[in-house]
Amino acid sequence: MNVAVCTKQIPDPAAPYQLDAETHFLERPTDQILDDTDRYGVEMGLQVAEQTDGSVTLVSMGPAGSLQGIRQALAMGAAKAIVIEDPALQGADSWTTAQVLAAAIKREEFDVVIAGTESTDGSAGVLPQQLAELLGVPSLTFAKHLEQEDGTIRIQRQTGYGYDVVESPTPVLVTVTSGVVEPRYPTFKGIMGAKKKPIDVIGLGDLGVSPTTTQKIVEVRPAPERASGEVIEDDGEAYQRILQILEQAKVI
Amino acid sequence: MKVWVFIEESQGEPAPIGLELLTKARALTEAPAVAYLGNGSDEAFAQLGSYGAATIYHIPTNDHLPSAAGAAALATLAETYDPDVIMFGLTPTDRDVAGRLSARMGLPVISNGIDVLIDGESVTVTSEIFGGSQIVETAFTGKTPHLVVLRPKSFPAEPGGQTTPTVETVGLPDVGHAGAAIVTESHVEEREGPQLEDASVVVSAGRGMGSAENLSLTQRLAELLEAAQGATRAVVDAGWVPYSLQIGQTGKIVKPDVYIACGISGAMQHAVGMKDSKVIIAINKDEEAPIFALCDLGIVGDVNKVLPKLIEALEARK
Repeated sequence: MNVAVCTKQIPDPAAPYQLDAETHFLERPTDQILDDTDRYGVEMGLQVAEQTDGSVTLVSMGPAGSLQGIRQALAMGAAKAIVIEDPALQGADSWTTAQVLAAAIKREEFDVVIAGTESTDGSAGVLPQQLAELLGVPSLTFAKHLEQEDGTIRIQRQTGYGYDVVESPTPVLVTVTSGVVEPRYPTFKGIMGAKKKPIDVIGLGDLGVSPTTTQKIVEVRPAPERASGEVIEDDGEAYQRILQILEQAKVI
Repeated sequence: MKVWVFIEESQGEPAPIGLELLTKARALTEAPAVAYLGNGSDEAFAQLGSYGAATIYHIPTNDHLPSAAGAAALATLAETYDPDVIMFGLTPTDRDVAGRLSARMGLPVISNGIDVLIDGESVTVTSEIFGGSQIVETAFTGKTPHLVVLRPKSFPAEPGGQTTPTVETVGLPDVGHAGAAIVTESHVEEREGPQLEDASVVVSAGRGMGSAENLSLTQRLAELLEAAQGATRAVVDAGWVPYSLQIGQTGKIVKPDVYIACGISGAMQHAVGMKDSKVIIAINKDEEAPIFALCDLGIVGDVNKVLPKLIEALEARK
């Protein structure tokens, strides 16, 4: 099966970043990393492709920068990447992004499209469903386990109280939660090989789409900070302070 | 303003977040309507009436995953009755339906909201982004319905505006291949003791607990305090506890009276799910851990030494 995995390069979450209060844009550094959630999607995609003699194509929208995050996924074993970069896409919302990704994915034939349930930086969590609707395929969402058998994709879908088993014929879109599989680490050979793998950087003109949206950020402000409380070193008796707080809160 | 709330049936009842959103809808409009996805029952509809639902559009489900056909049914309803706002919860099925409806109608969704403001014709959504470090106000600038996805626990669920709702049942349309996914099994993970969403005390375990075996400590503490047990994504990913205990951006959102974070560093993704707890107590051996900036009482120390003493003291008081 041929698998498309939607991937996103994001600023390193370990380094704080924010929306500019004036422009309302996120200033993206040149060196962006692969969204951690996507490593799980890439791993699942590779497993399906390996079992069925297919291949994995990465599809990503956003400033290409040094392509560090994309190369990370190529080093894991994806065959090639399509990156859509266009100044008109700065500050794009999920609806805009879905229209762009759908146009890119439709240029080739895929049996399975995989995406994370949500990105770590934006975390709107509706893009994969928008994409599935545009592609006209079922969306198997919140998969914590995925298997394929004779052209049927079966997942365990997380619910608030447990999980459902859901199955679907292909073509299909699957969203994965992190922690579903153990993402492989790129080997030295993989890292060297990734440098030669094709990365097709294209613009909106190449796709022939000019997506629009109808929402606008009107204000950005810092969230009120919680007053930080008392921090003490445990000298063996700190549990007594916990008891006092529990008493004050009237829970004991 | 016509305000609708999309509510999914969960284990035979309206999903709890649906009642939170319906309470909010009542504050925004006089006669909120509910689009209800599920088997439906007189009890469920009466409950929605006790929260002020004037009209219920009932979309019955079958063994297919309902997102695609449910979104199509909702699109037809929206085209017929022309609501201004449709509110959804940040839950798996709500997100599925909201996303698909958005693409079907060519409209944006504003997600991750914590509040909705209606001022004349303008609809604005307040969201917390980047783990709650910034607040963003986003306005809709195009045609209705405006689709909003709101986080659980953004509003309290309070009955009021008692009605006997009108119920209109609409069928699930055939959406072809997009609706081909079938639910073949449903598993309920049994949980003992208070449920996370409504417990007044939550004892939560992070990677700093060291091992799955050490979770017997947080479990015992939870028993003694009649608390619900929670966990971080790292602990769920490690397979120590099921996903249904996960607290954070991709898990549950809790606001208990007391939250006890055991061996939790307080990463952004976790903080989003618990930072609005009334009192936060944290035990962690790394004094630089971000959780200490959030808590009311922080203990810098070995959680596996502090907890046994705390447990012993609580047992002695029983």
